Amino acid sequence: MEKKPKKIGVYICHCGGNISDYVDVEKVRQAVEGDEIVFLSKTTMFACSDANQRDMVEDIKANDLDGVVVASCSPKLHLTTFRNVSERANLNKYTYVHANIREQASWAHSDNKMGATEKAIHLVKAAIAKSRYAEALESNKVKAVKAVAVIGAGVAGLKAAISLAEKDTEVILIEREAEVGGRVAQWGSLFSSQETGREMIDRLSAQLKLHKNINLLTNSEVVGNKGSVGNIALKIRRKDPETGAEVMTEMTVGSVLMATGFDYYKPQQAEFGYGVSDRVITMPEFKKVIDTQTSKKLMYNGREVKNIAYIYCVGSRQTDGENTYCSRNCCTSTIHAAVTARQKFSNIQNYHFNRGLRTYGKQEILYADSLRQGDIYFQSYEDGLPVVSVEGKKTIVKVNDVLTANREIEVEADLVVLVTGMVPQTDNSVGSLFKLPKGRDKFYNEVHMKLRPVETVIDGITIAGACQGPKNIAESVNSALSAATKSYSIISKGELESQPLVATIDPSKCSWCGACEKACPFDAILKVDKDGKTIAEINNTVCKGCGMCAPVCEPDAVNLIACSSAEIMSMIDALV
Amino acid sequence: MGTIHSNTAKILVFSTEKISDPAIDMAGLLKLHYPPTVYTITIPCSSGIKPSWILYAYEKGFDGVFIAADGSDCVYGESCTEKTGNLVGKTHELMKSKNIDPARLRMAAICSVCSESFVKQMRGFNEYLLKTLHA
Repeated sequence: MEKKPKKIGVYICHCGGNISDYVDVEKVRQAVEGDEIVFLSKTTMFACSDANQRDMVEDIKANDLDGVVVASCSPKLHLTTFRNVSERANLNKYTYVHANIREQASWAHSDNKMGATEKAIHLVKAAIAKSRYAEALESNKVKAVKAVAVIGAGVAGLKAAISLAEKDTEVILIEREAEVGGRVAQWGSLFSSQETGREMIDRLSAQLKLHKNINLLTNSEVVGNKGSVGNIALKIRRKDPETGAEVMTEMTVGSVLMATGFDYYKPQQAEFGYGVSDRVITMPEFKKVIDTQTSKKLMYNGREVKNIAYIYCVGSRQTDGENTYCSRNCCTSTIHAAVTARQKFSNIQNYHFNRGLRTYGKQEILYADSLRQGDIYFQSYEDGLPVVSVEGKKTIVKVNDVLTANREIEVEADLVVLVTGMVPQTDNSVGSLFKLPKGRDKFYNEVHMKLRPVETVIDGITIAGACQGPKNIAESVNSALSAATKSYSIISKGELESQPLVATIDPSKCSWCGACEKACPFDAILKVDKDGKTIAEINNTVCKGCGMCAPVCEPDAVNLIACSSAEIMSMIDALV
Repeated sequence: MGTIHSNTAKILVFSTEKISDPAIDMAGLLKLHYPPTVYTITIPCSSGIKPSWILYAYEKGFDGVFIAADGSDCVYGESCTEKTGNLVGKTHELMKSKNIDPARLRMAAICSVCSESFVKQMRGFNEYLLKTLHA
């Protein structure tokens, strides 16, 4: 009986305007609608929206479709989403084929709209070609180790470790330093907590000790890793603090949660007078000064400090430097330090040279407090930054204040505080080890800031806290809890579903030469006698679907499911 | 020979799902532009590419083929680098026998963070192919 021709649906996404601003999606649709197997083709504003997903399910059921192609963003983001849509419409999820026309067309070629559209047409045609061969398959299961390694024991790492431990998971908490707590342990009073940073870390440390399933390794670093999600073998180097001797251990986990934190921006020599005048210091240095002094007068370098000038956005929102991002927490941190200084010491006057304040949410309360107590705010833009000059014993800060019609304002400051932002950790060795992608800001990058905010493109590796970008404590803790839940969800069942993309042997072409057996790193090739002929056979439970056996087969008897020669060649036909 | 583009060559990239695909996606995210006639086919591992696919691509009109190899990051094991090297060597021999310039097949290890490196490779390869095939 002749095989019924396939009927598929093709959906081309605008992604708001992320795709359609550069790719003519209607032209793409028209280019593919006439294909023999395309039964329906549609453009959609957001393919991933609930409404479109519902429409897709209805379309599949109403038209008895055999498969679906969605042309949208990277499959890293939505392959699973649309496979699930297929399943909800009673289609096998492996009949779904994805085309990436955002990262690999509209964004990559935003400089060439015609080129981007032409490329998108070819990519969708290639996906349709692949769809012809897409078959119903059953997923394989692989064992996952029910343990998570949390790298970094700052506030995010501690919270993540505790959260995972409460979920009855083995946790290995790895900290490079001798003590836990990271930056927060060095901070005094916090906003809006009543605790100091040290007290917060002590409280979390006490909670940590209650969990027997947390193995805390201080003075330890991850120096090697092998394997993939579910089975990640870590090589950990631990330094004995007393003898300095180094011990190497190996531990296997199912997922890794990165919480390696941030560094402070260090101003360049002479940037706003830094390194030139001893009256110019950074915000972390200033916080230490006000947290440690107990006298009524604020003293610095033996001199009383009355007038303090805070220069905002040093090392952040740079127009000439690499750090174009806003560090988010420094406005609040500065105002908090200014309010604390004024409450703790007598005769303090605070002058804030800012570029627009970003004390979002409840942090606005702190800004109101600062205004009530008499702090003075001057504002300028990036083209009119404050100038710090040292004239004898005087340190003068000048700015043309946009709030008073660009009037030149001059403040003689006893202390100039440079409000330095967060930058990525200088030592990125652990990130390099896991090949974690970084964004334009050079912090670790999530798959999607809204849809998959703590996952990375490396399966099984999640990120939390300020290693992902500037965050305050509350935001770091939220991301830590989210990453902990995500890492837990990966390994909680003790097994992972893997794609059933294994090798197949065409017995009519195979006459056993052993080349495939030699090429296979997993011993998945068996030598069997069938119908009086010795041939190769695939052990599906062991085959990982790498395809290493395929190119070495001279008679071309080996193919990978979903990656067969017929499929690849039909895609080449569509792409050329 | 493929369709002659005024300033871009047709390049087929074999890229791996877990290692080089993220780098190519990231290049798009960072708006690092490269010729729009660069097309990617995703495969599990670079050592699973058949020489016949590469030859088929030339036959059908691609100017160049680029293997975005897993290198030492391959999730399927360390032998990937050697095996990918072997298949490239074998394909070069086949290309020579068919009078195809072996330099039209390039390979480089592209890890998940190698977006800039990928774009640089594509621009350089495009230039070479334009110079040698479309001058």
